[in-house]
Amino acid sequence: MAETQIKNFNLNFGPQHPAAHGVLRLVLEMDGEVIERADPHIGLLHRGTEKLIEYKTYAQAVPYFDRLDYVAPQNQEHAFVLGAEKLLGIEIPKRGQYIRVLYCEIGRILNHLLNITAFAMDVGAMTPMLWGFEHRERLMEFCEAACGARLHMNYFRVGGVAQDLPAGLLEEIGKWATEEFPPFLDDLESLLTGNRIFKQRTVDIGLITAEQCFDWGFTGPNLRASGVAWDLRKSQPYDAYAEMDFDIPVGRIGDCYDRYLVRMIEMRESLKIIKQCVDNMPSGAVKSTNKKVTPPTRGDMKQSMEALIHHFKLFTEGFHVPAGETYTAVEAPKGEFGVYLVADGSNKPFRCKIRAPGYAHLQATEFLSKGHMLADIVANIGSIDVVFGEIDR
Amino acid sequence: MDQALKELAEHLRDQLGDKLLADEIRLGELMITVKRDVIVDVLKKLRDDSNCRFHQLMDICGVDYADESPRFEIVYNLLSMTHNTRIRVKVRTDEDEPVPSACGVFSTANWFEREIWDMYGVFFSDHPDLRRILTDYGFEGHPLRKDFPLTGYVEVRYDDEQKRVVYEPVKLTQEFRNFDFESPWEGMERVVLPGDEKAEAEPETEAS
Repeated sequence: MAETQIKNFNLNFGPQHPAAHGVLRLVLEMDGEVIERADPHIGLLHRGTEKLIEYKTYAQAVPYFDRLDYVAPQNQEHAFVLGAEKLLGIEIPKRGQYIRVLYCEIGRILNHLLNITAFAMDVGAMTPMLWGFEHRERLMEFCEAACGARLHMNYFRVGGVAQDLPAGLLEEIGKWATEEFPPFLDDLESLLTGNRIFKQRTVDIGLITAEQCFDWGFTGPNLRASGVAWDLRKSQPYDAYAEMDFDIPVGRIGDCYDRYLVRMIEMRESLKIIKQCVDNMPSGAVKSTNKKVTPPTRGDMKQSMEALIHHFKLFTEGFHVPAGETYTAVEAPKGEFGVYLVADGSNKPFRCKIRAPGYAHLQATEFLSKGHMLADIVANIGSIDVVFGEIDR
Repeated sequence: MDQALKELAEHLRDQLGDKLLADEIRLGELMITVKRDVIVDVLKKLRDDSNCRFHQLMDICGVDYADESPRFEIVYNLLSMTHNTRIRVKVRTDEDEPVPSACGVFSTANWFEREIWDMYGVFFSDHPDLRRILTDYGFEGHPLRKDFPLTGYVEVRYDDEQKRVVYEPVKLTQEFRNFDFESPWEGMERVVLPGDEKAEAEPETEAS
């Protein structure tokens, strides 16, 4: 019998594909329906954020961080302002720290809600997406109440937050966190956790061990799903996280289902932190009292020439950051979000490298998907939680 | 924390010997500078040594010090979960000198090195797949170099006649304004105000 040559089949996945979570172009080499090679082509959303930041003052750089991972903008602003504060060596008032932690956790729930529901939709469940967006909308209202913007908050400042919370907002957030959201989470879980179809699509798919996680630079929920109890909020606490009481969920084997479960439980842990922030919110200033960094209030500017000059200087020239460098990382919802900031003593960063967790995660697509079916790559991409704003920068 | 870092720096000085060029602790962060050709050995050592256990390579990043020679600095940020510490390893290189690739030690180095090649044009030797990653297919130049203009050189638009996207040289309706907000009080020594440039030069021309 003559041997027939079977040629592998090349398949272009994306960049316009609903399961690509944005603009991922994946070049797949298939042997029948089995994936032999997966080559992600990224950069379709590259906007040159790092280059732009080199030409902007420190205050002007903050909005760029909203536009990286646009699903959870607060956490990224946090990394940048923490880095700049470290270089400046300034202290943040307790209330400012608590507000930042509160909004970081709101960002975490925003992110996990979108990821879990979009992931569920990738593998065929429509309802969670529709339900989840209702609560995302509620959270965005809280963002809007604090700073006027629903998505791109630009709320964190070097030295604290832009302005204090309006009266009554904390009670509203508290009410949402105790009465409205937990029943919804139970509902969401009843839709997915025991769902036979969902489990068939996710259990034992995209397995990765702890050792392999280290090798591939996995962080955040993806690492914890493989059983490593590592969370920067606990191990290297920043701002007010040291005072918060919460647990770190870990998975057992590191498949898509574990990654889903870890995110699900993390939302409940985030709720705990939100409640603690609401209950223990200290009073006082929300911004550093260092007048060379924090702009004066409107009231002061009407009375004091000095304040007027400071305002003018801070909004044209900006503050100067002493020469030095730091790698500051925060536990963003997707994993370790790091900012490597090099300051040369001027009012603009000399270099600002953004370490996006999704960049490392997406890189492992081929590793996770090799030998899986075509349909599983959708589950894999959904479960590692990629957003192209941060990967392409 | 600082004490632990000092001990770690001490340990590394012992272990690495003349491979280590400098070590420094600033703002509670330890950074070491090593020779370029031994970077793979150093990373392996940092990963496997029981006092280090830097299991995770978080980031590799390039920095362009355009006025210095060699101009590029490649910075490796590592994390040890066992000891809960971070370390920063640096090597210097220029356009022509390749840096040995760390892909053999950490798989995650692959894309980070591709990004540096893309953004700075630094070569990595023995890299399995050194292609551009973030910029467009067929892009020319290395955008994060300090001498690359912020606006770039080409812009794209859809051409209705040719029915495709075409590249054209950048046309700015208004010249790019790079504001210099250096404080006149602090920056006075370097700045010559308009009209002032003669003040110093004039007496000399009169004398001659």
